[in-house]
Amino acid sequence: MPRGYAGKILDVDLIEGRIREVKLPWKTLEDFFGGRGLAAKILWDRLGDHWSEVDPLGPENLLIALTGPLTAFYPGSRVCVSGKSPLSNGVVGSTTSTEFAMELKAAGYDGVIVSGRAEKPVYLLITDEGCDIRDAGHLWGKTGEETIRLLNREVREELQRSRRGPQREPGILYIGPAGENKVRNAAVMTKLFHAAGYGGYGAVMGSKNLKAIAAKGFSPLPEVAAPETVRILWREVHRELIKRDRMRRWGTGYGGYYVAADTSSEPVRNWQEEWHDERRFGGPNFQFRFWVKPYHADFNCTTSCMKISCIKTGRWKGDITDMPDYELEAYLGPNLGIFNPEDVVHLSAVIDNLGHSGINIGNTMAFAAELYQRGILTEEDIGFKLEWGDAEAFDRLAHMIARREGIGDILAEGTYRAALKISEMKGVDALRYAVVAKGIGIGAHGIRSGRDYPAIHSYCCSVQGGDHTSIAYNPIDHMRSELTTILHDSGVYCMFNIYPPGVFDLLWDFFTAVRGWRLDPEEWYSTQARRIIHIQRAALLLGGPDVRWRPWLDDVNPERFYEPLPTGPYRGMAPGKGRVEEEVKRYYQLIGWDERGIPKSEELQRLGLDSVNRKLEEIR
Amino acid sequence: MERTVWIVRDHLRCTGCRRCEIACSLHHEGRIWPEASRIRIFMPFPGVEVIHLCAQCDDYPCVEACPVEALRVDEKTKAVLVDRERCTGCEACIEACPGQVPFLHPGDGKAVICDLCGGDPECVKVCVEAGYRAIYAVEEEVNVNRKLFARPPLEVAQDIAVNLYGEKGLEVI
Repeated sequence: MPRGYAGKILDVDLIEGRIREVKLPWKTLEDFFGGRGLAAKILWDRLGDHWSEVDPLGPENLLIALTGPLTAFYPGSRVCVSGKSPLSNGVVGSTTSTEFAMELKAAGYDGVIVSGRAEKPVYLLITDEGCDIRDAGHLWGKTGEETIRLLNREVREELQRSRRGPQREPGILYIGPAGENKVRNAAVMTKLFHAAGYGGYGAVMGSKNLKAIAAKGFSPLPEVAAPETVRILWREVHRELIKRDRMRRWGTGYGGYYVAADTSSEPVRNWQEEWHDERRFGGPNFQFRFWVKPYHADFNCTTSCMKISCIKTGRWKGDITDMPDYELEAYLGPNLGIFNPEDVVHLSAVIDNLGHSGINIGNTMAFAAELYQRGILTEEDIGFKLEWGDAEAFDRLAHMIARREGIGDILAEGTYRAALKISEMKGVDALRYAVVAKGIGIGAHGIRSGRDYPAIHSYCCSVQGGDHTSIAYNPIDHMRSELTTILHDSGVYCMFNIYPPGVFDLLWDFFTAVRGWRLDPEEWYSTQARRIIHIQRAALLLGGPDVRWRPWLDDVNPERFYEPLPTGPYRGMAPGKGRVEEEVKRYYQLIGWDERGIPKSEELQRLGLDSVNRKLEEIR
Repeated sequence: MERTVWIVRDHLRCTGCRRCEIACSLHHEGRIWPEASRIRIFMPFPGVEVIHLCAQCDDYPCVEACPVEALRVDEKTKAVLVDRERCTGCEACIEACPGQVPFLHPGDGKAVICDLCGGDPECVKVCVEAGYRAIYAVEEEVNVNRKLFARPPLEVAQDIAVNLYGEKGLEVI
């Protein structure tokens, strides 16, 4: 019997209002683990034979939320959200930290698959008694703050009707107005400022009229194979995490300064630069003025990289967000030409409440601002001036995108598709200002200086495009390789919690002790992880129905990354096209793809992926 | 006066990691079972974490209220112990508690109250180990202030929300 799993998954069809409980075969769990791996498998099995025809925002697509075998056991509980991505048209495994993951497992489910589309807004309530489809008319249009408050109250009161005494709130995945209006890069949100941001699954939820999924479990977590070993490993991993003082003290909230000043890899004004030395944008300026909770964490985590910020005075009084973390600091700060901490805290609270992906909305808004800088978009097109550094203008633009008003309707298609549209409208090449990979905004870690992300093909070869947590890397069995990220996203726990020395080695034993099957690193990198990455690669290349990526030709860095860095200590640096091409080709060889980047036939046969192999004949 | 172990609690230092619940349920249930943990963290709004466990009132209203004498005060630790054979799950102790701290076990429906692990509480160990000290153990005289900590979690949450978020805190719970 498989251990660490609750053993069943909810399969919800919103058209019929039909709910089934599905038990997955052991073999599937053994091979695909959970989270990202299992989602790729489910998506391929159900949609693979006509992948290019499936509209990511149509009823046929699936919205999948899966835990993994290590979820809630390994420090840092997360859930993985997936489906056919409306940005890349492939499969993205998008994870976020949340109590939803633990509550779902405690209710007896490893995950939820939602298909179809409800006629009216609904939410799902999952408890030990099963799943219920509820009316969400009163929640539709509500911001993150309002949704959490209303839903917590509603579910708590309902639980209190059958149980005496105060009841605890559920774990909730939800969307904001951006997801409701099918903004392509909208996030699936949780806990006000946590997001499954990459992939655009907020839009997929919105397309299904699904406002939220709430879970509350009262049962114990599933049994593990070797309880005493798990208990010892749990304590040991935490002991190491607790020693990692700087990460715990600052989280990533000090990055806004040093990633630019030290490693020259922070986006500045839509990546026109990657360096700044603005000391007023330093960590202490955020910490001492805004942090109200300097250590905040999710279930079973001692890293506490989250710090809560609140603006207590002035026009933005009452804004609550995380610190912001580095990615949002960079993308809603320097990348918009903003170097004032209060402006960034405010914008972070705005985009959290609207349910945008912070990285991708920052990417899209900066793209628009550069077009404005170059006179391609005008005040007339936008409705106001969009100058670098003007937080109020970006606040306004974020709302317009969430509501698809005016230019917001075009920008709501995400940077890549907006660039195509604007190129056509204006008769220019706007794509050269789009800093994306496979339609997905590139995380706030540049590759030009070589001092931060060392692999120059990090993004252009990733099956999750611009996702900075899932990058191509040689050697492929390295701790930072995409095949390793797939392990974290399929065991479904936080990748921040594997970095202290020695912990990565314990991870394999942790898997074995929970699941009861020996997890062998060699087998993972040669077999199990390969199955998952090949399915993701196949889906990405099959793409459609709107955009399809050309094998090899589209595995290139965005134009901007070939421009030499104009400022800072690494001025003049940028890897040339020839060097990138070499690295890409080397990566193809290592991972088992042919010279055009298509998974090789013999490799797929070796792994038993015959249907993937047959389908790829279409593009070979 | 007699000195006994008491768990000091400071909601504002709680991160919401809930390792206390994991340690508690591993000790008492042999499993990770947050809803059976004697210490429970309520999180009615992000950042607003409320530590909810027995406050060990000096006058023990729960023990008084039990109609079947299933509750008694441990001589050594002064913790309230539940006789699970006798307990009928009538909920009188929940009603009697000024903080509505006791609850019925999700497995067998019997009352659950913190027993201080016999004087060396597991929850405290993991919180202190992590350097948070949102809860820690002291040995001190029984006093009337303890009972002031027995408050319904949502009431506490309203205070914490204002402390953290100022005026905005009035709206979020």
